[in-house]
Amino acid sequence: MIRDITLGQYYPTDSVLHRLDPRVKLFGTLIYVISLFLFQSFTGYIVATIFLVSMIALSHVPVKFIFRGLRAVLFILVFTAVLNAFLTPGRTLVSFWKITITIEGVRLAAFMILRLVYLIIGSSLMTLTTTPSNLTDGLERSLGWLKIFRFPVHEIAMMMSIALTFIPVLLEETDRIIKAQQARGADFESGSIIRRAKSLVPILVPLFVSAFRRANDLAIAMESRCYHGGEGRTKMRPLKYMLRDYVAYTVLILYLAAVIVIGILF
Amino acid sequence: MSIIVNHVDYIYNPGTVFEKKALDDVTFSVENGEYIGLVGRTGSGKSTLVTHLNGLMKPTSGGIYYDGVDISSDGYDLKMLRGKVGLVFQYPEHQLFEDDVFTDVCFGPKNLGLNENEIELRAYEALKAVGIKDEMFYVSPFDLSGGEKRRVAIAGVLAMKPEVLVLDEPCAGLDPAGRGEILALADYLHTSLNITVIIVSHSMDDLAEHVDRILVMNEGRLVMDAPSRVVFGHRAQLEDMGLAVPEVTAILSDLKKAGLPVRDDLITIKEAKSEILRVFGK
Repeated sequence: MIRDITLGQYYPTDSVLHRLDPRVKLFGTLIYVISLFLFQSFTGYIVATIFLVSMIALSHVPVKFIFRGLRAVLFILVFTAVLNAFLTPGRTLVSFWKITITIEGVRLAAFMILRLVYLIIGSSLMTLTTTPSNLTDGLERSLGWLKIFRFPVHEIAMMMSIALTFIPVLLEETDRIIKAQQARGADFESGSIIRRAKSLVPILVPLFVSAFRRANDLAIAMESRCYHGGEGRTKMRPLKYMLRDYVAYTVLILYLAAVIVIGILF
Repeated sequence: MSIIVNHVDYIYNPGTVFEKKALDDVTFSVENGEYIGLVGRTGSGKSTLVTHLNGLMKPTSGGIYYDGVDISSDGYDLKMLRGKVGLVFQYPEHQLFEDDVFTDVCFGPKNLGLNENEIELRAYEALKAVGIKDEMFYVSPFDLSGGEKRRVAIAGVLAMKPEVLVLDEPCAGLDPAGRGEILALADYLHTSLNITVIIVSHSMDDLAEHVDRILVMNEGRLVMDAPSRVVFGHRAQLEDMGLAVPEVTAILSDLKKAGLPVRDDLITIKEAKSEILRVFGK
């Protein structure tokens, strides 16, 4: 159940996508997400599909694994589609009782689903191919210019990296606590909603206690190693652009150009 | 009471890069009143194995039978099973959550659907059995010492009146006094309350002093299953697996190699002491 969440998870394997500089991947994801909202026609989506499919092929991450992330948001997808289909005014397609489905509604619902699905797959592809530490490194470098405005880029990046590394740790911890409470006869699956909500207390209390304990331990461990923020801190592996990164940027710019051209033509 | 583990395999994340075979054709049985130790290196599958015993994990293949009934069969009452096979996880104090000690211990029996009187009686008996004094009953579990917290957590499982109690590394992280208390508690539960006890541990010395039979796990396989004395007779084999024999056994066998006429099949400190005194004629 908990293990279905693939967003923010890293899939360890070797591929071109894995080796790319995280800044390229961040920029690429941004371009891709923007492009999804620029398209108004199906032709545009064909280009987006080709782009996404080739990226999945390049990533060497099993397709099954990528799609597993969608299961967690299935409800939101269906909900969005239904709302769009029913509530968009326009020419009537089907009508029964007080409910009318319009052609425009169906079209919008289809677009919405495609957008959301592509958005989730696109962004999880980035986290699947980038280790959390690389990702925050890239983010810190890409947003370095914000320091001019006294924006605490390093601190935010550090917090993000800690949060990301703690996701699997806390998931495991949750799993362990659930098992321990089940061993004491706890039942999380049956009963009314109120009963089920109440049955979460034995999980949440120990989980919070352990999260605070871990945070405290981490703070002490960081201070023991003289952590004092980003000032003057050097990197073990400084980010450096390689030839493949420039190639990737070229591909991204070509994609962006294609998106704009299609936007004007169709 | 009997548990039969029959050719059990368990595979984590089958079909992905994270695939890992945690249990590989494990077969053994547990009879009423036994006192068993389970050893193996970190990652050898001990914890996975014990979570199978009360149905928290289902074998990928093979079966587990409690009193002759397959616990994976449809409609099997797992809640009842979890009451009969009490499982105390590593660092069980991390599962405490209620406002006070007594209410926390009531959690298990309450889940079994017993009536109020029975729940409180069981919680009281369990807390007494682990040696928690009355004045601590209404203290927050988070204000107790490490050893006390652990005993309260064990009481939480005991209150369900299990026939089998599995303790997964019950001494981890405790000071010597705390260790002694927990092991004495295990002895008491076994001899006085007639509970079948299974202890998972890394300490061969502790196991030699307490349990009668030892199961050795290595890379997901059950490689030895014999009385403690027999298992500790295989020093070289154990050391190959990254395990060891009790320190006194190692000392005696080194003394023997050095030419002293001592027996080297003794495993407890008491036995070793009288043997060394005998050799020196005292």
